[in-house]
Amino acid sequence: MSRAIPWAYLALMFGFIYLPVGALVLFSFQDGTLPVPPFEGPSLRWYADVLGDEDLTAALLNSLLVAVGSSAVAVTLGFLAAYGLARFVLPGAALLRALLIAPMTVSYLIVGLGLLIVIQRIGLPLSLLTAGIGHAVINLPLAFAIIYASMGGQQQNAERAARDLGAGEIAVLRLVTVPMLAPAILAAFFLSVTLSWDEFIVAFLLTRFDVTLPVEIWSMLRSGLSPRLNAIGSVVFLISVAAVVLAELLVFRRRR
Amino acid sequence: MTGTRAGWGFVAPALIWTLAFFVLPFAVMGAMSLATLDGRTLVWGLSLSNYAELAEKAYLWRAVVVSLEITLTVTALSVLLAYPLAWIIAYRVPERWQRLALLLAILPFWTSYVVRSYAWLLVLSREGVVNQALIGLGLTAEPVTLANTRLATVTGFVHFFVMLLTLTIYANLRQLSPNYRRAAMDLGANAVQTFRHVILPLTLPGIVTGAFLTFVLCIGDYITPQILGGNTELTVPQVIMVQLGRRADFPLASALALVLMALVTLAYLAGARWLRVDRL
Amino acid sequence: MTAPVTIEAVTHRFGDFTALCDIRLDIAAGEYVTLLGPSGCGKTTLLSVLGGFVAPTEGRVLIGGADVTRLPPARRPTTTVFQDYALFPHMSLLDNVGFGLRMAGQDRRRRDATAREMLELVGLAHAARKRPHELSGGQRQRVALARALAVGPDVLLLDEPLGALDLALRRAMQDELKSIQRQVGTTFVHVTHDQEEAMAIADRIVVMNAGRIEDEGTPARIWRAPRTLFAAGFMGETNRIPARAGGAGLETPFGTVPWDGPRGDAVLCLRPDAVGTGPGALAIGPARVRDAAFFGTHTRAHLVPEAAPDLVLVAHLAPTELPEPGAVLTLSAATDPLTAFPTE
Repeated sequence: MSRAIPWAYLALMFGFIYLPVGALVLFSFQDGTLPVPPFEGPSLRWYADVLGDEDLTAALLNSLLVAVGSSAVAVTLGFLAAYGLARFVLPGAALLRALLIAPMTVSYLIVGLGLLIVIQRIGLPLSLLTAGIGHAVINLPLAFAIIYASMGGQQQNAERAARDLGAGEIAVLRLVTVPMLAPAILAAFFLSVTLSWDEFIVAFLLTRFDVTLPVEIWSMLRSGLSPRLNAIGSVVFLISVAAVVLAELLVFRRRR
Repeated sequence: MTGTRAGWGFVAPALIWTLAFFVLPFAVMGAMSLATLDGRTLVWGLSLSNYAELAEKAYLWRAVVVSLEITLTVTALSVLLAYPLAWIIAYRVPERWQRLALLLAILPFWTSYVVRSYAWLLVLSREGVVNQALIGLGLTAEPVTLANTRLATVTGFVHFFVMLLTLTIYANLRQLSPNYRRAAMDLGANAVQTFRHVILPLTLPGIVTGAFLTFVLCIGDYITPQILGGNTELTVPQVIMVQLGRRADFPLASALALVLMALVTLAYLAGARWLRVDRL
Repeated sequence: MTAPVTIEAVTHRFGDFTALCDIRLDIAAGEYVTLLGPSGCGKTTLLSVLGGFVAPTEGRVLIGGADVTRLPPARRPTTTVFQDYALFPHMSLLDNVGFGLRMAGQDRRRRDATAREMLELVGLAHAARKRPHELSGGQRQRVALARALAVGPDVLLLDEPLGALDLALRRAMQDELKSIQRQVGTTFVHVTHDQEEAMAIADRIVVMNAGRIEDEGTPARIWRAPRTLFAAGFMGETNRIPARAGGAGLETPFGTVPWDGPRGDAVLCLRPDAVGTGPGALAIGPARVRDAAFFGTHTRAHLVPEAAPDLVLVAHLAPTELPEPGAVLTLSAATDPLTAFPTE
């Protein structure tokens, strides 16, 4: 009897965790116009509807663009800073690290609000670029922290050996440091992309005409429940799951 | 000193980026919170009127109270629900199934977060799955109002943070040497005693860290209360968005944002203090 | 407190892998036994079976005559000193050592008094209020020992207790463990892969390999007359001389020695200290020195015997002899007892 309790709890929690996702995916195949019981279907009409929607596909591409672009910036800056702080003795290094990490401890809403105020003051138009800047700001601390944490003594010895064998600084970076840190850099990039891909509030505040997918979904939501939202939500979920599984297989497996 | 100069060269881009796009906006926001609006015109100055307004107007400080109530409820519930789940996965599920069980337990974590709140709305709506089930079981004749309530907001939040905390607590439990549990049992402790005297104290730092993370993410979130809570009661982020949208009152929004930050800082100090007292 | 242990036909499988195969062993009350073998030989699994952390697939374990095979660790008269010590980092040494008594419901005054006595026993009474992370490795080891002894077990199980210590400390702790065991009289079962440690400490050594007991007996007996080729090799360096058993005895390149083993191919084992320039039962004859090095207590030399130029023998000569490479020595070997095994 008491042995069954853990398993019952496990089942109950899995039920709770999968209830919304299950409802989301199930009623994306709804044949009627309301994504609530009774289930009529299955039908693919809402998927066809969603894939034919130009606003949505444009938003999807915008999201990808912003995610990849902002992550590339965040990871590049994060890597350079991690290298500088891990390999050189800089005055005030602790303060520098704290400053670079600081945006992580501040709500996205506040980061977005601050940027919005500044951007409006200098009269810059809101666009995908400004949203990308915002995403790079929130992802930089993460990329820096992940890469900095994996810069151990082992890498440093390999870098010394390379220099000892006549490699210049650029060659050391290119041939030793970056390849040895590849798992951390890839992990940082991947995490950065998923966070940016999913981010709402900064993108909402910092875009106007061209919007990212979460913002587009948000504006669709104002017209109430619809199987269209289920369909697009399921597609986004599928893409995210595929990315997670891919990362699990490519990045994290290989490290072991 | 060429070494130092090269080091600055590497750090400079990230530093400039952070200064330009984080520190500067933050400073401007601070200044903005001390400015005032004259009709539609912004008047810079050193006025505390925005903060005074916060104390005077009930709908503003109500939002602070609501945010705190929701966040503390969510943090406590999430830890209480996630800990047993992480425990079962770490200690009851056979080794070879653990990775899969964990992956499955946190997979919906990767649903887009706007979509996740929407999905809860779907489940909790008047015609939704939960109400249909309740009616089907004969527990209620009429649909119960579940969506657009604080309960819905808390449910949506707890769903998200249970997954996050299960992951962190699981990692915490797994990094403990299995010999701690063996040693405790070997010396006569039963399962409850082993948990109370050994495992819980050893995982407490991890729990406090996870709880702090929950607090920060929860109190600053706009989407979940906006979609699920409706407009019956507003949280601080919702009030901030109202200032931005309808009234373009940036000074008041900035002041509210700084209040939000102050709450997070207080939570951090509380967590850090608790850890230090309990640790050594 | 102390009790005898009987292991009856214990077999344990992890899936397809047989970790323990038909283990039978009697341990007397108050005996100090070491389980010796390479990693993966099953010694730690056997210890876990004794401690109750692993329920064996087959067989029984009796402690003090009572069947404990299905009892959980908490209800057995055994305690374990873990390899990583598993000291509770959030408790003082006093609370660590008193933990078992606390679980047994003793009030603080009584358990603190016992814990202090135990810390006294291991020489750490002055550090009772410290936390484990403030201690050195050797000190942590002692606390783990004190904690396990505090509940007065009949049998103490030690899983590679000295494995994490450096060599000098390990040798010192061996002597201390032995003396503590003499004081408390508890039966000690100690797992190690270090044969020197086993010899230094044990009343009896159980040599294990691939889930089976290869040999068991006093250190001197296993060193001089091991029962299997594996035991001979694992207990220390040995010269393996190919031989053939015939009607007259064991035919070696250096002559025939009496042996009543089965006929066929065999191998003769000679310890380096049994080979020398003094008199001996087996005359190896002239051998050319390849190299020699001074080791303090002896001179270690590699030699190629003229009678079998394919072989290289290792000999421990008297420390006063230090032959030049190329020198020819006349060697003989002590063969009592004769150590030889058939090779299938």
